[in-house]
Amino acid sequence: MSEGHSTYTPKTGVGRWFDARLPLPRLVYDSFIAYPVPRNLNYAWTFGGILSIMLVAQILTGIVLAMHYTSDTNLAFNSVEKIMRDVNDGWMLRYLHSNGASFFFIAVYVHIFRGLYYGSYKAPRELLWILGCIIYLLMMATGFMGYVLPWGQMSFWGATVITGFFTAIPLVGDWIQQLLLGGFAVDNPTLNRFFALHYLLPFMIAGVVVLHIWALHVVGQSNPTGIEVKSKTDTVAFTPYATIKDALGMIVFLLFFAYFVFYMPNYLGHPDNYTIANPLKTPAHIVPEWYFLPFYAILRAITFNIGPINSKLGGVLAMFGAIAMLFIVPWLDTSKVRSAVYRPWYKLFFWLFAANCIMLGWLGSRPAEGSYVVMAQLCTLFYFAFFLIVLPVLGLIETPRRLPNSITEAVLEKNKGGSGHPAGATASPETKG
Amino acid sequence: MKKILTLLAAAGVVFAGAAAFAQEEGGHSEANPTHFPIHEPKQSNWSFAGPFGTYDKAQLQRGLKVYKEVCSACHSMNLVAFRTLEDLGYSEAQIKALAAEYTVQDGPNDAGDMFERPGIPSDHFPAPFPNEAAAAASNGGAAPPDMSLLAKARGVERGFPQFIFDIFTQYAEGGPDYIHSLLTGFDEKPPEGMKIPEGTHYNPYFVSGVSLKMAKPLSDGQVTYDDGAPATVEQYSQDVSAFLMWAAEPHLEDRKKTGFRVIIFLLLFSVLMYFTKRKVWANVAH
Repeated sequence: MSEGHSTYTPKTGVGRWFDARLPLPRLVYDSFIAYPVPRNLNYAWTFGGILSIMLVAQILTGIVLAMHYTSDTNLAFNSVEKIMRDVNDGWMLRYLHSNGASFFFIAVYVHIFRGLYYGSYKAPRELLWILGCIIYLLMMATGFMGYVLPWGQMSFWGATVITGFFTAIPLVGDWIQQLLLGGFAVDNPTLNRFFALHYLLPFMIAGVVVLHIWALHVVGQSNPTGIEVKSKTDTVAFTPYATIKDALGMIVFLLFFAYFVFYMPNYLGHPDNYTIANPLKTPAHIVPEWYFLPFYAILRAITFNIGPINSKLGGVLAMFGAIAMLFIVPWLDTSKVRSAVYRPWYKLFFWLFAANCIMLGWLGSRPAEGSYVVMAQLCTLFYFAFFLIVLPVLGLIETPRRLPNSITEAVLEKNKGGSGHPAGATASPETKG
Repeated sequence: MKKILTLLAAAGVVFAGAAAFAQEEGGHSEANPTHFPIHEPKQSNWSFAGPFGTYDKAQLQRGLKVYKEVCSACHSMNLVAFRTLEDLGYSEAQIKALAAEYTVQDGPNDAGDMFERPGIPSDHFPAPFPNEAAAAASNGGAAPPDMSLLAKARGVERGFPQFIFDIFTQYAEGGPDYIHSLLTGFDEKPPEGMKIPEGTHYNPYFVSGVSLKMAKPLSDGQVTYDDGAPATVEQYSQDVSAFLMWAAEPHLEDRKKTGFRVIIFLLLFSVLMYFTKRKVWANVAH
């Protein structure tokens, strides 16, 4: 699967001339046309392509929005409303961009969970996985700063709460917070630097995406069986096979996206963000955007001191630890078998973990009081136990199911014994065409 | 091991459910409610709801009348320009006349003086108070909120599982439902033993307490409609809520119309793409 011999042969004189000087068409040909992909990839594998178009869409709508936006605390809120009311199709641009952020995260969560389910992070794809985690971190920073720009109540108070985390760090905490804010509280300098960074970070994401795709093209894609490609019959050419499948995935994804943009554009937002920021009036419940809620729940679950670590620092450590877990997954998982398809126990724990994340998300949206705190603590415990206990231990004690000898064998076996007709749409992910 | 795990999972679910229930019930009594609003907002049949929703222009015009004659005494609407009232079905001449009813401060002129002039269509609705402090001072310490975005800035949390159903029913009218419920909720009597802070008014639909500073703003017969619609609080409140939805989301019709085309396009595209994909993959077992 690694860089084989290029089969690109320019057909025209101009093509040959160009290829001898700058083999860019060759790179494109080798990466997106001749590139071999496993023949058994299911629709969970289309989310990489979906994420690329979401990134491009966010950058394009964002650049046009930036032409109309003013990052001054006195003007920001009204400049957004100007976009919504007076800029031609400004409402569409802004709703595409704000809902686009949410759908970007929906896609990235599917992408990450697909990696966890099929063990895509295992050798030799550790760096590929870590680059993905870095993209995810950059996305979180970008999403958070973007939410501050409209300068509504949730923008302001969300920024106040989240930058407040940094004060928990011993010795340098206050200094870091002041550096982030450009002062002692969220104010005009904060808004300006957040705008600058919100514009910068997507291009950094694009840069890491290039590395991510590069790494992918070196080690090749994993696949639902988790067995490495062994022969030419295991793969098909990227074009037309993967291209057409990715395109179908993208269009169906855009369908869901359009449904929200045009029919319920404010469903994923908070009403309070349509009230201009007021530093003197704290909202009843400060909640971050939905895609941060599981981490917010983990942050607030630590209500007790652990030795010298007070509950505030403990919460921050737990929250960053929850993200850090993802980075070390390749070394936590001791299993020799990649895919959950052949790991009955891991499959069960994977779905429990997914349900636990959704539960944490819901708890993050509840006030931190009474039984919600206890539930959040239990869920946090399970979250960390999954990474630190289940992943290492299960790999050692679990007896995996028999693995097929090759991708081709798995495909032929399935087609022989399976339902035959592609009842695709409703089939479970590992059997879906 | 599987049995133990299933048992554990079941216990977890039961525990979580019981805990959530306990949370709901803890310390909640009629006279001392701990969750607001006391009543969920009433849901109305809005003309602008659903995938093909459009504004009822006659209703928006009536709502504008209610705003002008009642609400605008205290509430500003800073983001709405007179020119946009064309959406309500007014002609250019009518809008000019309507804008000219207002006096707007302009300037400085060549002599460096500020001066007053009649409003023109590009002006926004003038605010009733010169600044927020003045608004608060005249209203018992709480400045009446600007109404431009009120219909999107208010909404009662729907809670689980309702918020899942809302995706399928396209429920996006939490704002106007809340405003309508609040405006028609002032007549309800507080339960016995409830303490209502002085200078505030009980309203079981208010989202952040038992009572609010605003007194009952509408009463039957207060505004005279030209189109024969009933002069009742219920009608006024419906009309002004619809008008505020327009003020907050003036391009709603455009959005839904565009959305329909986009969805149809994507549906056709995905069907074509699905068959193309099947054709391409037809001879490859996968």
